[in-house]
Amino acid sequence: MHKKDLGLAVLIIIVGAVVYLRNPLFLSPINLGNTANLIGLFGLFAIGQGFVIMTGGIDLSVGSMIALLGVIFVDMVGKFGVPWPVAILVVIAIGTLLGLAHGFLITKLKMQPFVVTLCGLLIYRGVARGYTGEATAGFPFGANYPGLEWLTIGRSFGIPHSFYAMIFIGVVCWLLLHRSVFGRHLQAVGKNEDAARYSGIRTGFVITAAYVICAVLTAVAAVYFAMFTRSVQPSSHGNFYELYAIAAAVLGGFSLRGGEGSIIGVVLGVVLLQELQNLVNLLGIPSSLNFAVMGVVILFGVLADQQFNRYRAKRKAANALGLLTKKGSTRREAPAATDEIR
Amino acid sequence: MTSESDRKRPLLVLESISKAYPGVVALSNVSMSVMAGEVLALIGENGAGKSTLMKILGGIVQPSSGHIIVDDIRCDQFHVTESQSAGIAFVHQELNVFDNLDVAANMFLGREIRSGFLGLLDDKTMRAAAEPLLRRVGATFKPDTLVADLSLAERQLLEIAKALSIKARVIIMDEPTSSLTLSETKTLMNVIADLKAEGIAVIYISHRLSEIEECADRVFALRDGKAAGELSKFEINHDAMIRMMIGRDLNSLYAPPAKPAGGAILSLTAVRTGAKPSALVEFDIHYGEILGVAGLVGAGRTELAEAIFGIGTILEGEIMLAGKPFKAASPRDAIEAGVYLVPEDRKRTGLLLESAICENICLADLSAVSRNGFVSQNLVKARAEDQRAKLGIRTTDVMRTTAELSGGNQQKVVLGKWLSMRPILIIFDEPTRGIDVASKVEIYRLMRALADAGVGVMMISSDMEEVIGVSDRIVVLREGEIAGSLSRSEFSEHNVLKLAVGAD
Repeated sequence: MHKKDLGLAVLIIIVGAVVYLRNPLFLSPINLGNTANLIGLFGLFAIGQGFVIMTGGIDLSVGSMIALLGVIFVDMVGKFGVPWPVAILVVIAIGTLLGLAHGFLITKLKMQPFVVTLCGLLIYRGVARGYTGEATAGFPFGANYPGLEWLTIGRSFGIPHSFYAMIFIGVVCWLLLHRSVFGRHLQAVGKNEDAARYSGIRTGFVITAAYVICAVLTAVAAVYFAMFTRSVQPSSHGNFYELYAIAAAVLGGFSLRGGEGSIIGVVLGVVLLQELQNLVNLLGIPSSLNFAVMGVVILFGVLADQQFNRYRAKRKAANALGLLTKKGSTRREAPAATDEIR
Repeated sequence: MTSESDRKRPLLVLESISKAYPGVVALSNVSMSVMAGEVLALIGENGAGKSTLMKILGGIVQPSSGHIIVDDIRCDQFHVTESQSAGIAFVHQELNVFDNLDVAANMFLGREIRSGFLGLLDDKTMRAAAEPLLRRVGATFKPDTLVADLSLAERQLLEIAKALSIKARVIIMDEPTSSLTLSETKTLMNVIADLKAEGIAVIYISHRLSEIEECADRVFALRDGKAAGELSKFEINHDAMIRMMIGRDLNSLYAPPAKPAGGAILSLTAVRTGAKPSALVEFDIHYGEILGVAGLVGAGRTELAEAIFGIGTILEGEIMLAGKPFKAASPRDAIEAGVYLVPEDRKRTGLLLESAICENICLADLSAVSRNGFVSQNLVKARAEDQRAKLGIRTTDVMRTTAELSGGNQQKVVLGKWLSMRPILIIFDEPTRGIDVASKVEIYRLMRALADAGVGVMMISSDMEEVIGVSDRIVVLREGEIAGSLSRSEFSEHNVLKLAVGAD
């Protein structure tokens, strides 16, 4: 585990302890289960966002995509009676196409990720609202989909399946980002795209793949969200979710400049955000303040991290200097060894 | 050289290579050969066609006409893959390493070793494979070190080790020493000697002629896209190289002062700066002289200049400028007092690279080119035209972006910004880094003219030749303090170094 991740984990535990002391309900099985469910739901697409941020890009269309794909999924299953496994595959296929479109516009037509996905945010939301005529998409009254419900909102050993899904996808993505050739190329591209191209890396492919991964995981999350809310209100469903994902990634140590970050980090970021949401509820803080609480914590979290890094760099430099002068004093007779003129 | 080596067939031959871009001929009819185990220095002013030639060798750019012959086989196509299979590797000027990855990952980027049924990265094997290569280039860091923790010199060794790992036969080094310390440069020279002994050819591109004298077996010069001549080992010397590069003799690089130095224009008394709080600094700059500031990298020269210019902080002490107390809390204060800085990193802090030349020249003094609070484009252009004529900035139009200019001309734009105002003291921090010889001479002349005109000139430089040639007096910094001051009769590389490292 990375030092940064460890720090975040400690912060999560401290916040948890404080909340527990103020309100013991925090550790009740019901609360933990609900929180785990939310962590699973948000974690699914936040991990995807991590891949995009790793390239130095950003995907702002996530929330709208969750609404659009949610509407499509609910309609397919509820209205047109498409078997749910097929519906899931269709939704994932649409996600793949959208991701490919983002990647194409960014790598081939050289548009900026912010612009491309901002337009995505507007377009997908608009299409979702236009397609439904602003009406809420829902399942018919009393409809039951046992398999689908087991998969999405079921629980095993008291833990919601959305959480298991997030863990499973997290492990796969961890292998992909930190242990596969693709992941290494992704990190290289995020750090220095030109140099990566000169090292023989297919940078266009790598970047496009990151947007596809993000869109596919968002599609999976869209199914889980649709089943969690049971109905999709096209103008509000998924609003601001892209910002949750970006916030989780930033908290988890991703750099918006690209090249830095870990899967464990972004998952811990999601955990902290949900814990804060939970804190607002449990400590009786007006829920209207919940964005404010989140904003303040992210601001201070990133600030503290930065200060800590600066301090560490300084200490490292001081140590190196100490070492150098020590060397210098024992080797006074051999100045050539320590000279530093260019 | 041919006498000792009939074992040497050319590894690589370039045959009448030409490259035309729309409107410009970058290379015309250049032929060159590279032998195994030789160090071929490639020299030429900026814009002479060196980088185009290297891009052609790397397969990044295709020649308009001409051929490349590898091991006596003529290549019809020469793209990146052909270049790589011919064993050509680059050690870039701007290093292409990834500081978020470790050493072994960098070395094997794009050719990762995999294992297991999932085909995941096999870091263990890669690190084991990296180890002997690092040892061969004399690197002391480990394969699992994060590149962010390596110094510039270590990163360069990493690039050379990477070249070895792809079994390179020709290693192209582009300005390899531009950010190395003296001892690091020595290490690099040893590594080059080892490479030579193993039969690897090195194409060495540099503006530092003394290094070329030291390590090159042959010199090949380009001028205006054409071959300008070759020198064999015994013919290599400064004058011959300069003559080939600029096509004429350079009578004298350095001009003497017009009159002896006068009173102090700037004097620092018992100054402590925020960057080096434990060091006391005292020195004067006189009217009519160029004061050279030498010292080790990290001795605090740039920090001292920045403190005077109001970027760093002055903790205590007194600074007098032209007889009056002077203290700048910000660059704005310094500029208003007539104290200007030509910073070390021209592209980052000296210029707005993407902006027009005329905008850069007027940036620091917009009120002078404004009427009623609105910037007048006519005044901006007139002022820029004035500086273009005075400084000889080579451009067709001052409305063009600064990024298009060569390094020397960019530096003139930085200067033009200050000279169009009312300079009292100008601090030059590494004024000729990455600038070709002819432009260097022009900049030296400008500094001399400024000093003669009564402007204080302080020049920080790590280029020993330059410090000794240009300065009228040298102060040497060591760990933030003035280790000593040398007058012209005491100038020598040895004396400067002695003060800089603090040895007897």
